[in-house]
Amino acid sequence: MRKKILFILLSVFSLFIYACKKETAIQETLSSFLGFKQPVNFPAPAYKMENNPVTEGGFLLGRALFYEPRLSRDNTISCGSCHIQSSGFTQHGHDVSHGIDDRLGSRNSPPIMNLAWNKTFFWDGGVFDLDLQPVNPITNPVEMDEKIENVLLKLKQMPKYNQLFKQAFGTTEITNVRMMKALSQFMVMCVSANSKYDKVMRKEDGQAFTPDELAGYSIFKDKCSGCHTEPLFTDGSFRNNGIAAGPNNDEGRYLITLNPADQYKFKVPSLRNLSYTAPYMHDGRFLTLNGVLTHYTSEVKQTPNLDPVLQQNGQPGLVISGDDKFKLLAFLKTLDDKDFVTRKDLAEQ
Amino acid sequence: MKTIYIKSILFISLCAGLSACSKKNDVQPEPSKKATLSLQFDNIVGDRNLQLNTGLYTNASGEKFTIQLLQYFISNIKVKTTADKEYTVDQDNSYFLVKESDGATQFCKVKVPEGDYKTLTFTLGVDSLRNTMDISRRTGVLDPTGGMDDGMYWGWNSGYIFFKMEGTSEQAPVDPTGVRKFRYHIGGFGGYSAPTFNNVKTITVDLSAAGIARVREGRESNVHFFVDVMKMFNGKTNISIAANPQVMFSNYSVNVANNFTSMFYHDHTEN
Repeated sequence: MRKKILFILLSVFSLFIYACKKETAIQETLSSFLGFKQPVNFPAPAYKMENNPVTEGGFLLGRALFYEPRLSRDNTISCGSCHIQSSGFTQHGHDVSHGIDDRLGSRNSPPIMNLAWNKTFFWDGGVFDLDLQPVNPITNPVEMDEKIENVLLKLKQMPKYNQLFKQAFGTTEITNVRMMKALSQFMVMCVSANSKYDKVMRKEDGQAFTPDELAGYSIFKDKCSGCHTEPLFTDGSFRNNGIAAGPNNDEGRYLITLNPADQYKFKVPSLRNLSYTAPYMHDGRFLTLNGVLTHYTSEVKQTPNLDPVLQQNGQPGLVISGDDKFKLLAFLKTLDDKDFVTRKDLAEQ
Repeated sequence: MKTIYIKSILFISLCAGLSACSKKNDVQPEPSKKATLSLQFDNIVGDRNLQLNTGLYTNASGEKFTIQLLQYFISNIKVKTTADKEYTVDQDNSYFLVKESDGATQFCKVKVPEGDYKTLTFTLGVDSLRNTMDISRRTGVLDPTGGMDDGMYWGWNSGYIFFKMEGTSEQAPVDPTGVRKFRYHIGGFGGYSAPTFNNVKTITVDLSAAGIARVREGRESNVHFFVDVMKMFNGKTNISIAANPQVMFSNYSVNVANNFTSMFYHDHTEN
């Protein structure tokens, strides 16, 4: 009798093994997938995780969609085209984003980084829910110039997506809501929290700042942290930093609120991964960090709504000596997260 | 004699007819049962029926225009009985996109308890709460990914377009596409992370003058509204096509939206 039970158990077990074997590839990733983890030195995320809990299936689908050129009208441009991982998920070397048919946008591709903590999206903050964000680049005539319903039709023709949607949501049904939720799952997983700065803060691996970095850190706290708040290095606010309007007179946040006090204000960008994300500012006008620092020390223009932080000494701008700039740049380098820009799980497969 | 006979027959049949009518009306409503209430939005322009593309109309500024596209959201329907009992239609089933080009969409059908309703309240537009809800709660006409086809959503500045009217006028300047077009895309729910204007309009209509809605199971009470889009031009502010050919997300849109509330006129109710 006992033998019989043992035999049954054994056969059931081997069945399981067989079943597993069929999906070895999936199983391997399953075992290493940890889901969304809030770094210990970060605050709670702004994204409503409870409305879209990150699962491995959802993340894998989101990643496939992120790198899917069929999201664009002529199947040439994917999200990853303008948000390149090795460039900190920006489009390196482009002042403004370069879309379909070589059309150009009017603003610099912002990084897909720590979006789970973003309260608003785009340089003007016009979108307040990450789930709604992908609609814009997909339908924008100068970016992907496609219709969501066409994208869904294209995806439905690919057996791969039936499988991926099933793994993510339980059935093969392909809907816009599922597509957006999956893209969000991938994007909130793009967490950059492994820079030297983070390790120092978390006291990991005995990491410590060099004397220059440490001096730069206190200069940062004195001169920059009013807007670029730790640990995300942005307070998510909209400010006019005195770069003055460019040729296209982009009025920034004003276009969203129509509040005259918001004219020429743009969202404060994070200072993380600056080494990978040049050029800088909403229109990519500064090619180097030196250019940015020179702006803040000697080129800030007295424009309407210039941020009060930049007019404290009777004249616009910040006072930072040459030596201090050197130290500040040394500190900013500690915000580079090599792991983030090379991680295999965020890369196109 | 014969005439008296005929007269009395006529009289009796008239009475019978009347009593039949009143009988129908006397069916006591059972609020535990739900039945269909239909709101018909019949678009007109001043004294004339709206005819897309072909109709030529003149506004108070003396500008002649045609209408090529007209669509708007009706939502959040609420009713009040003659005994002042209020009922709010289940919100998830209370969003309608009325399109002039699609007759079926001009009938917004909701389920309400049986009753005699004297007041109807609805929103022209989409309430701010729904504007900020999770995407999974925004299906059907509210699908924000619908793109530019129906074009009732602003992706760049998250929010619905409540009312959209486009057409041509000799008084409109030539636009970048080379035509003399006016475009009124009116939205704005008040802003999410920063306050902006709010063009959500709640409209309450007293039905008692032109006919209360007697909602009963097995029939369909149809409240027939005339929606006079001329009143969008001619109102508290006269909207001039020449001066404001394109009104979209701008502070001026508040003037257009303020004219909306006078557009709705209850003509009659079919019970």
